[in-house]
Amino acid sequence: MSICTLEELTELLRETLGDDEEINLDGDIRDVPLSELGFDSLAKLELAASLRHRYGVIVPDGVIETLLTPADTLAWVNGEIAVVA
Amino acid sequence: MSGSAHRRVVVTGVGVVAPGGIGTKSFWELITAGRTATRALSLFDATGYRSRIAAECDFDAEDAGLSAADAGRLDRIAQFAVVAAREALYDSGLDVDSVDPGRIGSVVGSAVGCTTRLEENYRVVSDDGGNWLVDPGKAVPFLYDYLVPSSLAREIAWLTGAEGPAAMISTGCTSGLDAVGHAAQLVAEGSADVVIGGAAEAPISPISVACFDAIKATSANNGDPEHASRPFDDRRDGFVLGEGSAFLVFEEAEAARRRGAHVYAEVGGYASRGNAYHMTGLRPDGREMSEAIDVALRRAGLAPQQIDYVNAHGSGTRQNDRHETAAVKRSLGDHAYRTPMSSIKSMIGHSLGAIGALEVAACALALEHQVVPPTANLEVPDPQCDLDYVPKVARDRRLDAVLSVGSGFGGFQSAVVLHRHEGTTR
Amino acid sequence: MTATITGLGVVAPNGVGVDTYWPAVLDGVSGLARLADGHAARIGGTVDGGTEGIPGRLAVQTDRWTQLALRGCALALTDADLDPDGLDAFDLGVVTASSSGGNEFGQREIQKLWAQGPDYVGTYQSIAWFYAATTGQISIRHQAKGPCGVLVSEQAAGLDALGQARRVLRDDAQVVISGGTEAPLSPYALVCQSTNEGFSVSADPDVAYLPFDDRADGYVPGEGGALIVIERSEHARRRGVRRYADLAGYAASFDPPPGSSRPPTLTAAIRGALADAGLTPGDIDVVFADGAGTRDADRAEAEALAAVFGPGGVPVTVPKALTGRLYAGGSSLDVATAALAIHHGVIPPTGGSTGAGPSCPIDLVQGAPRPGPVRSALVVARGAGGFNAAAVLTTPAE
Repeated sequence: MSICTLEELTELLRETLGDDEEINLDGDIRDVPLSELGFDSLAKLELAASLRHRYGVIVPDGVIETLLTPADTLAWVNGEIAVVA
Repeated sequence: MSGSAHRRVVVTGVGVVAPGGIGTKSFWELITAGRTATRALSLFDATGYRSRIAAECDFDAEDAGLSAADAGRLDRIAQFAVVAAREALYDSGLDVDSVDPGRIGSVVGSAVGCTTRLEENYRVVSDDGGNWLVDPGKAVPFLYDYLVPSSLAREIAWLTGAEGPAAMISTGCTSGLDAVGHAAQLVAEGSADVVIGGAAEAPISPISVACFDAIKATSANNGDPEHASRPFDDRRDGFVLGEGSAFLVFEEAEAARRRGAHVYAEVGGYASRGNAYHMTGLRPDGREMSEAIDVALRRAGLAPQQIDYVNAHGSGTRQNDRHETAAVKRSLGDHAYRTPMSSIKSMIGHSLGAIGALEVAACALALEHQVVPPTANLEVPDPQCDLDYVPKVARDRRLDAVLSVGSGFGGFQSAVVLHRHEGTTR
Repeated sequence: MTATITGLGVVAPNGVGVDTYWPAVLDGVSGLARLADGHAARIGGTVDGGTEGIPGRLAVQTDRWTQLALRGCALALTDADLDPDGLDAFDLGVVTASSSGGNEFGQREIQKLWAQGPDYVGTYQSIAWFYAATTGQISIRHQAKGPCGVLVSEQAAGLDALGQARRVLRDDAQVVISGGTEAPLSPYALVCQSTNEGFSVSADPDVAYLPFDDRADGYVPGEGGALIVIERSEHARRRGVRRYADLAGYAASFDPPPGSSRPPTLTAAIRGALADAGLTPGDIDVVFADGAGTRDADRAEAEALAAVFGPGGVPVTVPKALTGRLYAGGSSLDVATAALAIHHGVIPPTGGSTGAGPSCPIDLVQGAPRPGPVRSALVVARGAGGFNAAAVLTTPAE
């Protein structure tokens, strides 16, 4: 299982949020808080589900709250993928 | 009741279909004993689901008095509603034929309608999800009844031949309270003299369980289902999905007195507000629920200090129980610390649109018997929930006025005040 | 307390927005179209557009039914010249009508469950499908903290929601966003409707839905409806805004069970609404009929109207022949159309090739609009199962 890139994650973020003019996912969003990008509690759960279906990684309940930025998410997902591999 | 609706409204009959007991007597016995009816989900094979706990009704249509024809055409939710409404009518002692049918109303609340049969039939016509366009050739004759929840209000109207207003209320998890409020309003404003009002829900089906799994709203304490519903307890981890129905007979007070009706309680006030915040989230301050409580109290002509018991929404999610505690403190002030507040969801689970009516039924029975039902499973207090939640054991108490509150997806916040009616016979 | 309608947000198969819809109704422009092959209905009323003006985050978590309502709500608020920010949030309530909820969204999610597994049901299913979703989303989007309600009495729901909105204004709020929409054209929803009496599978839009006509043989479904801003007249006067019409009267009744010897109760609902408005039948200038589209139901409605107004005693119109039956959205749209008729002083015609047959002794307005004045209008709606509702709209009081 290859790692998740920022581009792929951004695509997932876009799918989760839907086409929204007010949301800017261009450029380097690695350290932009997910909440600022428009992620509320439900959207984060939806994102976790997408990660599960796409990469086979299960985000435990306690971990979701700690994934505050795309960088956090990438690091955690790729860590999990490496473990599984 | 409210500014321009002048007539007084009393409750003269109660009917219940609940987990752990069909009938008001069994229901009251269960909740005052502090027993829980939550168990491993058995209505369908829940292997692979996150939450595999439910509060299920041991219900047999035939035993409950339904004909084979009715059992065949009615979704489980409608079966519950008919049985509960029949009991309420019988309990009221009202001779329906003595009332002008045009003066009898029907009000039913439900959050998700006939979801069980809608899903079962979907599997058939879609070939288990394989066919998006689905096949009309496989549709059963009553399929439309399952699509539109209004069919539930129709069944209740048919029970009595009611020709007055029939309303179907669907405000999510406050549907039960809102149906009660609506029923009382119809009588208070003079649109009806008698209303059979209540709610029902039968959501223990794959799609409902899955949708709550997806947002982790339900308890995943699958190893200990009897104790999984733990409102206000620090270890709580979500609600337990339940099912059931409760109906009450609402009458104009003078007419009820004239016919010598037994009166459980008077409906003092009702109010609804929205938190306008988030479809599932709750702000910790409980401001809008508090506003609903304040308005319901004002309509009942009661001061906060006159509330003797609060029947909580108490769903057992981490956020609800804190939100609600804050709301009750905001409205009752210091008196909140002297007022018992319990959640019967600890025992019969959360039946979404039905639970508000079940909780009002519990309030009517509490006033009748002067007993406060407990919050089961409450052992480890949450420091942020520091009121008296009546842990585990029911309590005798002088009760004159009680408050029932509810909260639901979409931001709905509702409150109903019941109080003793003078001249109440015991 | 008088309740007055100050904003209309129409999302109809023959026009989105009052400025498009009203001329279309007057000109008899139909919104009926062929539905895609494989659906249980061949003809339906379809609304143009999808999620215009709705942020993507809101679009992903809502069904088309709620999206239509959000579009309608934005239109209604603009039409009412009302900015919710200028109100105390507790003074603004939301009471909408629905009949079948988030059909397409729900079907997608339930398909995922059964085709792939429960883990594939998304987080938004819990908030998109249930009948309260539209009221909830409107309340959040526009910061409405007043009383929130949802009425679900099939085609009668739009009138019942308005009746409830009026109660809310009487007791609680200054302004209520009411009305409703429906989006019943997704495959499983259509299959469910196909078991409803009167549902037409005709493929010819010219004859598929002909209320009161001798050839009447069913109705076609449609999507859309109307969102309506209704407020206390005092409040509207203070704001100095245009008032379309007052909601002067409302009443509801229910038919006796099958097998009963008692007659249907539509007459009672009509008389109740008139009494509530303090009017007599002679005061009514037009009836916007329910127009179920089956011969038995049409005859029953015509008889009820004749009982109250005398045979042919009042002009009757059924503009929904141009849109199909929109269920909860339908009675809402009828109210919007009636309000426009009063405001513009002209009765819109019944669309299409409908003509009143001899078994329906009514004065059906067809072919061309009939000039007014239109000082008061009766709107009638019947929901499947026996729901009857009637509303009386009048020229706004001074």
